[in-house]
Amino acid sequence: MRRLDYELIERLVPDGASVLDLGCGDGELLAELIREKHVRGSGVEISQAAVEACVAKGLSVFHGDLDEGLADHADGSFDIVILSFSLQQLRRPRLVVREMARVGRLAIVSFPNFAQYAIRWEMLTRGRMPVSKELPYQWYDTPNIHLCTVHDFRDLCREEGLRIERELYLRSFDRPAPGLRRPNLTARIAIFVVTRPA
Amino acid sequence: MGGDTGSAGVVRTRQVTVAEPPRRLRLECGDELGPITLAYETYGTLSEQRDNAILVCHALSGDAHVAGFHRKTDKRAGWWDMLIGPGKALDTDKYFVIGTNVLGGCNGSTGPASVDPATGRPHGTTLPMITIADMVNAQALLLDHLGIAKLLCVIGGSMGGMQVLQWTVSHPERVHLAVPLACAARQPTQAIAFNEVGRQAIMADPHWRGGDYYGRKRPTKGLAVARMVGHITYLSDEAMQEKFGRRLRDIHEYSFSFSADFEVESYLRHQGLSFTDRFDANSYLYITRAIDYFDIAKGGRSLADALRDVQARFLVMGFSSDWLHPPYQLKEIASALRATHKHVSYYEVDSHYGHDAFLLEREKMEGVIAAFLASGARTFTFSGGEG
Repeated sequence: MRRLDYELIERLVPDGASVLDLGCGDGELLAELIREKHVRGSGVEISQAAVEACVAKGLSVFHGDLDEGLADHADGSFDIVILSFSLQQLRRPRLVVREMARVGRLAIVSFPNFAQYAIRWEMLTRGRMPVSKELPYQWYDTPNIHLCTVHDFRDLCREEGLRIERELYLRSFDRPAPGLRRPNLTARIAIFVVTRPA
Repeated sequence: MGGDTGSAGVVRTRQVTVAEPPRRLRLECGDELGPITLAYETYGTLSEQRDNAILVCHALSGDAHVAGFHRKTDKRAGWWDMLIGPGKALDTDKYFVIGTNVLGGCNGSTGPASVDPATGRPHGTTLPMITIADMVNAQALLLDHLGIAKLLCVIGGSMGGMQVLQWTVSHPERVHLAVPLACAARQPTQAIAFNEVGRQAIMADPHWRGGDYYGRKRPTKGLAVARMVGHITYLSDEAMQEKFGRRLRDIHEYSFSFSADFEVESYLRHQGLSFTDRFDANSYLYITRAIDYFDIAKGGRSLADALRDVQARFLVMGFSSDWLHPPYQLKEIASALRATHKHVSYYEVDSHYGHDAFLLEREKMEGVIAAFLASGARTFTFSGGEG
């Protein structure tokens, strides 16, 4: 499946940028950014198997826990720091977002929007935790411990004093959402570009 | 790794003489040394392009016998046989693997026990002080001898990892991939302290005689104690609990004496004593000193600054229960490399074996090492002019 969220993120990354991809998984996005955008890329990943997959792709990757923060990184040491679909799995999402905006000149955060109407509907009618393509887990084995909505994330940015440069939305991984109205109700996937004002 | 992995087979240690006068090796301490004998073994075949050579650097008590067997009847293979051979992580069907005994060692390379051609007697403590950089410079002479301009990879754990770092700094143009494991960018205080206890044990042995004991009774008691102390630092609380607990040795009750009642005592005594059969006490002094002096960022430089000129791609590996070189010391190396946007990956092996994990955790190491070598080999180039 072509990941439209990856494509949107890719378009946000200028050619030759330095990129830190937090929770980079098996390195698919990072490898694509290197191939298409010639970035100087580095990833962070907690799963042993995923780190090995990154190494096999020739990527530079750190085996580590994002919740420990990015203390090793100097301010502004990357052009772009990406957190793709991992926000909801962090124990300390607020700290990580704050750190991203410190380490990167630009921070890109994508996450599943928990206020999308199908999810609301499922809760309302079935009265059970929603399971979908974006949220494919049962409640008892989900790694998603900090789900949030578009409104929630905007609130977080405001509280952290971060500037929202752009908001992009998708109906799903493979369905674009041009001119989407009321994204908190209609988008399954949100991509935020934030900066820390000087 | 699949099931069809094999042994490097029967191998033999060879020796080469380098740094013959007047082209003696200039040591870090300012002295010159030569001629120098280096013991080495090789496994696999050097490619026609000479682009598949991997140097394996050994730890404090290691030697050139990294893989395979010396005789068909040998029960024990080389010290890193688990990773080296046909189909293994360092696949000898693809790579040309080199093991060599360090300068200052006692397993075939020039060290305190070897004869000083100037006097016809063993060097003893008249041998100049050797450093990690000196060991690496001697290895570079071995590569010259083998006709290898640039290594595909240099890999090693503990003191071997220090050599790996030193290689990338001393000879940046000769290393394409670097894999330091279970080591530090500078020997940490606690590790110096343990080494000092070991040295004091040796030097307190009346048979040490200022290092002049060759042809006489050797300081085996002191060396055995040094090894016992060292050995404890290679294990972990958990591994010792699991392996020995408080089990008694061949007895049901305490003997109410100072004999080795506990399994762990008996084990350490055995480790200490058997070590004296294969290791020279003066080499132990020299090598631990080399380790203690190791600081890749000497002179108060930042680590990132010290590693600024390295060209190699790195895979840095730490081991969760290693308390001699805890993971943070490996992360520090990786972070410093990343700070200047070098190509570096950090991988942490979850293990309860302590420092020794890098000699034991085959299954947890081989996948990522093999992947790093394979992806790295695709980007190998000889930098301008050579080869």
